[in-house]
Amino acid sequence: METIWFWLVACMLAAYVIFDGFDFGAGIVHFFVARTGAERRTVLSTVGPVWDGNEVWLLAAGGTLYFAFPALYASSFSGFYLPLMMVLWLLILRGVSIEFRNHVQSPVWQPLWDAGFSIASVLLAIFFGAALGNVVRGVPLDAQGEFFLPLWTDWTPGKSPGILDWYTVLSGLAALAALALHGSLWVALKTGGEIERRARRAASVVWWAVLVLVALLTLASFGIQPRLRASFDARPWGWIFPFLAMAALVSIEEMNRRSQERAAFLSSCLFLATMLVSAAFGLYPSVLPSNGDPANSLTISNASAAHYGQVIGLVWFIPGMALAAAYLVYAYRSFAGKVRVEGDAE
Amino acid sequence: MDALTIHRLHFAFTVTFHYLFPQLTMGLALLILILKTMALRTGNPHYASAARFWAKIFAINFAMGVVTGIPMEFQFGTNWSRFAKSAGGVIGQTLAMEGVFSFFLESSFLGAFLFGEKRLGPKAHWVTALLVFLGSWASGFLIVATDAWMQHPVGYAVGSHGEMLLTSFWSLLLNPWVGWQYLHTMSGSVVTAGVVMASIGAFYLLTSSHQEHGRTFVRIGVIAAIAATVVLLFPSGDGQGRNIAWHQPVTLAAMEGLFDTEQGAPLAILGQPDMDRKRLDNPLVVPRALSFLTYQSWKAEVKGLDSFPPQNWPDNVPLIYYSYHIMVGLGTIFGVVLALAAFKLWRGSLYKSHGLLWVLMMMLPFPYIANTAGWITAEVGRQPWLIYGIMRTPAGVSAQVSSGNALFTLIGFLGIYTILAILFLFLVYREIEEGPEPAPAA
Repeated sequence: METIWFWLVACMLAAYVIFDGFDFGAGIVHFFVARTGAERRTVLSTVGPVWDGNEVWLLAAGGTLYFAFPALYASSFSGFYLPLMMVLWLLILRGVSIEFRNHVQSPVWQPLWDAGFSIASVLLAIFFGAALGNVVRGVPLDAQGEFFLPLWTDWTPGKSPGILDWYTVLSGLAALAALALHGSLWVALKTGGEIERRARRAASVVWWAVLVLVALLTLASFGIQPRLRASFDARPWGWIFPFLAMAALVSIEEMNRRSQERAAFLSSCLFLATMLVSAAFGLYPSVLPSNGDPANSLTISNASAAHYGQVIGLVWFIPGMALAAAYLVYAYRSFAGKVRVEGDAE
Repeated sequence: MDALTIHRLHFAFTVTFHYLFPQLTMGLALLILILKTMALRTGNPHYASAARFWAKIFAINFAMGVVTGIPMEFQFGTNWSRFAKSAGGVIGQTLAMEGVFSFFLESSFLGAFLFGEKRLGPKAHWVTALLVFLGSWASGFLIVATDAWMQHPVGYAVGSHGEMLLTSFWSLLLNPWVGWQYLHTMSGSVVTAGVVMASIGAFYLLTSSHQEHGRTFVRIGVIAAIAATVVLLFPSGDGQGRNIAWHQPVTLAAMEGLFDTEQGAPLAILGQPDMDRKRLDNPLVVPRALSFLTYQSWKAEVKGLDSFPPQNWPDNVPLIYYSYHIMVGLGTIFGVVLALAAFKLWRGSLYKSHGLLWVLMMMLPFPYIANTAGWITAEVGRQPWLIYGIMRTPAGVSAQVSSGNALFTLIGFLGIYTILAILFLFLVYREIEEGPEPAPAA
């Protein structure tokens, strides 16, 4: 039962990254692909109707994680207190920027919120990447399963790391590049003309950055967290995930070159999903490894909620998510095709 | 200041600010659905245009509710990790269900509701209004169910490490505390929405702009608010009061300012709790009324604070006493003003009664105050317990988050929410000033 919930939570988080990832990515490349006010309005209208629904994946994934693994939620949220609060503030800035930008027509108002949208998207991508880096590296859990990390110490992932060290910064930058690529492909898919051309060019440039950063990150991860190697050695079939990720990455560039926007975007979804699944596979059965005594690690057994609750949860979760999937199909169908924006005061 | 106080203020401030927005959107979702239903049944484009205006106000409030709501879900883990860890097996259910059942529904159809009127046609557009309404009211239910479990824990067992294990899913959802509290909360939300609608309508009538819409807003706002005020007093307020009398008698004593156990206990209308002398100063009371309201007997014994050990008293009796009296006092005033307005509406003279229109317009902030005072009564009344009778508040805090860190983020939230409040008022003011578009001539 714990294993089922481990994978359900992992899938929810992967869905969050794929969905909210493209609107983060659109924010990251916002100023590069859209030069005029009207173009920026067009880019925003590719995420405007869906960003809120995409962010629901964060709430739903967070809620599911809390319900299935309360000890993990309690320990990680309090241990990463400061960065999480900053994430909250950035999420507020970003949501407000998207929602309020088009309420006032003024040469100052709109660029202000464009900047808020873009800066918040860049910083959030780095923060989320660094958070994942922290989970892979491990944190100094005590016997009660609690810890508290300072923002940084000596920038090395040793025995007393900070939230930021060279490894987590690397994973933050890799996330920034991967989401920038994802967002460029989304913008290319949803727009036409000059914006689409710039987005496609941005994607092919960023692709090289993703390739280099992800290669470095993969090497560093296997070096820092020996569990990953042990997991893949114990269950070699798991190698399929990193290989799929590589194939997806190659396919992104190939499809982008052939102007197959939809295939390129879907490849990027597959790439993000398989990267995250690879990380989850490598950590399993840990959910938050200790960087000291391995006995203090939080695992699917010691962080999990009681059996009855997890069984009952499955009974409502499956129909609930089936309904949610139906709404999403409806919402994205009615939003299909390239966006058109009529008239912008410039 | 110690860390515990800061963590408490942190949650209290962020949740109080957050609830300013959902309390309008939940009630307004119902009123918009009513406007859409009237548009569909009468075929009069005037009602569709009225719904469109309120949808714009709804959208701004909804966005504020979303961005201030995400911090609420995070704070269980960040600031109250020991509570989150031990109670997660139970309240994790309702919180996760809110995400799965309510947020996906709301967010998927809100876009269609706000931007899809032309494309969808009147019937399908009405359905999106219905789904947004259902989503927001489901969300309210699951949050009230979470709070109800903290007020009156049911359907759980304690595990070997002190963690709560869910033993009955249906007890959690059908907690005897949930029904009255949910009805009371939602009626409060409809009062806020009704009063806001009537207030904006009165503003239009008094400024001689958008007259036709002004009349509709005043009419629907007043009728919805008076109906909801009646439900607030009876049965939901009464039922909620009896829940407290049975399950939290010490809280009832604090709310009523009853220091001494009495047979035929009086109901205090005014007076100041004096914590040093353990009595109510300058009281104005209705003799025996508290006994009657609580136990339907003029002579029944009501337990005062003296019946309980002081370590089980709520830690701020005057705050509970005053919050409760402000809530009840305002509710009574709403009842009187709205009943008068409804009477004049029936007689057809309300739209010309300048004095009463002024009162309706100025009423706008008071339902927010009454709702906030009600939640302070409930949540400070729960003290000194975080989970009533099981976990005291100091045991639930994140011990490893220092007071400096907590104070830093509290100040951060104070600043950010101030800016959000200014932005919000600015944007809502612009919408109100621009007003509803006139309906196209039929």
